[in-house]
Amino acid sequence: MLSVLLARWRQGFRTSPFPGGDVRFPERYRGRPTLDAARCDAGVCEACARRCPTDVIRLHPDGRVELDVGASLFSPDEAAACLGGALAFTGDFRVASRTREGLVSRTGEVELAGALDAESRRLFGRSLRLRSVAAGSCGGCEAELVALGNVVFDMARFGIQFVASPRHADGMVVTGAVSTNMREALLKTYEAIPKPRLVIAVGACAINGGPVRESPEVMNGVPPDIPVDLWIPGCPPHPLTVLDGLLRLLGRLDGAADHESDTAIG
Amino acid sequence: MNGLLQLGLRNRRAVPWAAVPRYAPEAFREIVIRSVADGWRIVTLFGMPEGANDTCLTAILAHDRRSQLDAASAIVGERYEAIGPDCPQALDFEREVAEQCGVVPNGHPSLKPLRRHPADHRPSARPAAAVEREAYAFTRWEGEEVHEVAVGPVHAGIIEPGHFRFQAHGEEVLALEIMLGYQHRGIERLLETRDRSAATLVAESIAGDSVIAHTNAYCGAIEALARSRKTPRAQSIRGVALELERLANHIGDLGAIAGDVAYAPAAAFFGRMRGECLNLLMTLSGNRYGRGLVRPGGVAFDIPPDMAVEVADRLARLRDELTPVANLFFQNASVQARLEGVGVVPQASCDALGFVGPVARACEILRDVRHDHPYGVFRFVQIPVATTWAGDVFARSLVRWIEIRRSIDFVVDQVQALPRGDVRVPCGALASNELAVAMEEGWRGEVAHVVITDSDGNVRRHKVKDPSFHNWRALTVAMPGNQISDFPLCNKSFNLSYAGHDL
Repeated sequence: MLSVLLARWRQGFRTSPFPGGDVRFPERYRGRPTLDAARCDAGVCEACARRCPTDVIRLHPDGRVELDVGASLFSPDEAAACLGGALAFTGDFRVASRTREGLVSRTGEVELAGALDAESRRLFGRSLRLRSVAAGSCGGCEAELVALGNVVFDMARFGIQFVASPRHADGMVVTGAVSTNMREALLKTYEAIPKPRLVIAVGACAINGGPVRESPEVMNGVPPDIPVDLWIPGCPPHPLTVLDGLLRLLGRLDGAADHESDTAIG
Repeated sequence: MNGLLQLGLRNRRAVPWAAVPRYAPEAFREIVIRSVADGWRIVTLFGMPEGANDTCLTAILAHDRRSQLDAASAIVGERYEAIGPDCPQALDFEREVAEQCGVVPNGHPSLKPLRRHPADHRPSARPAAAVEREAYAFTRWEGEEVHEVAVGPVHAGIIEPGHFRFQAHGEEVLALEIMLGYQHRGIERLLETRDRSAATLVAESIAGDSVIAHTNAYCGAIEALARSRKTPRAQSIRGVALELERLANHIGDLGAIAGDVAYAPAAAFFGRMRGECLNLLMTLSGNRYGRGLVRPGGVAFDIPPDMAVEVADRLARLRDELTPVANLFFQNASVQARLEGVGVVPQASCDALGFVGPVARACEILRDVRHDHPYGVFRFVQIPVATTWAGDVFARSLVRWIEIRRSIDFVVDQVQALPRGDVRVPCGALASNELAVAMEEGWRGEVAHVVITDSDGNVRRHKVKDPSFHNWRALTVAMPGNQISDFPLCNKSFNLSYAGHDL
């Protein structure tokens, strides 16, 4: 027993200062991508979009280029595909949005997630129970969801937990590009969650198929018949990116309540 | 395996496809069976279309003790005589060939779908699959009080999807059958059809906790075919990243095992220290799983001197923090009682079924690609192979703890004495009509990528094997005789990849 206490004392206090304090990332950490149009040579964007191994660089019908953060794998190859050197990764880990369109912009700005309406906040704000469904994933996003439970990120301190049954859940976290073989199980899980229910898409695969987009064996992410309330890009998203998105959704971050949305949830 | 080894196949050395011996189907079958009986092991056995009607079977075999690799091939039509009944290592590979290529192995005892997908590697004139996608029939045990328990595909925790079917008598498990395929994304076709930069991103996503192992193997095969010679510095950095990946996962596994026997202190401490290793990978590559680091021709990020000092310091501190926690865990009598004698894999099963990685080493089998088929930095720096003997959950945990200490020593040594030079060299077009095998000792065991090019230097076939492909079978060997309630603990002690199996 003494040795256990001694080990506990040696381990010290390890929980992340987020959301109150300063969070530090290593210099090479690749957060939200940004596009500095001033550095772009007009006319080559089409070539860059073609060169890029993902759909992060895309052409707007007006011929100008825009960034789809939802499609980004946060890979150095994406920055290298931009011949003008205008695409770079910032140290900003906050990228979750309430809408798919909120992840697309000229500059890489993300319309950060606003809070749920007052009634949903009353229901879920202090106690949110989620069911995890991996559907055609690589296991990376799930590893980060597991990490949210460790002493560093300690998601339970905000009243957010993963539960063992959809019947106990307020919502569903979907990871993976949704394989043909998981489509039915995903829909059944969704149907089994009592209303009102939230759906959270975590990772590039769940958002648009990620690296396996357009494979005949996947559905390029959460199918349209399941409405998504929160989109969290990344490959995989850092645990703090997921936590930031969840807390914004629940109106638990300063400023988040300002963007309150009245969107009804399915 | 023909005794002459004229092919000269080595880990990461390409050979002309025409030099791979071609046998009649019956002779091919005999050679595989005889070689495995003589101590060879099937690394992979796969099919690819040959003309409009036929399938070319290729077997890659390894003799670990002699550090030898060899290959054999045969052209078969719609049917051939199954190898599996006389060579159990081939059983699951033949299920895979049947599903992918639409070829029927006559006399195969368990020809069930493996991943449940269309035959995406069948010859163009062959109409359909040899196994039906939805025709999976579980083997049922009959008898008074025998009951069946079905679990999955969606599980209680945050776990990938898979279906487990137990035949049980009370709490005692009589048999376990595992149906996978829920994570199938068509990885091999993507690797065969996408350009190199997109294919590299696919390789990074084969198994999200084995990014480095799979990308190292992918690049190893591509570089062998492109005659791209990595610099020693790049090889060292790849080795460092591979061992950091091993550290993160082994430490995380010890924490998860502690959690499953309700020993909370070790679960919490190991869980936190796993994150320290992921953060080291992030310092190195910008991503907690090392994505973006390994690229054909070398690595995309160097380790500058100040970072080398930082990595060595942080690992030395980690070693000091790990040791007391590991002592708490392994010396606790109630932990020992929960781990010993549970989920035993007999050594004979390892030999017969070709298990790999810590599962085999926990049965006192010296099997480690870094040692047996050395490549890259491991040709110059040897990490002793860690083995234990009992084959139970305790033995698999102890192998991990020994490997954790050796990997820390390796990384600390390497970053303090990195060879000078560039970290990335050009990697051009692939040679035409060649075959390359790249094997890597990931933290779960042997990862293998086999690439065959066509006459234009395009990828004709890209075969991926994750160690989970072998070791899921080990879980079904370990469970009978145990209690159902010990399944989570047994499962965790293997911690296999669903995505890596399903591809």
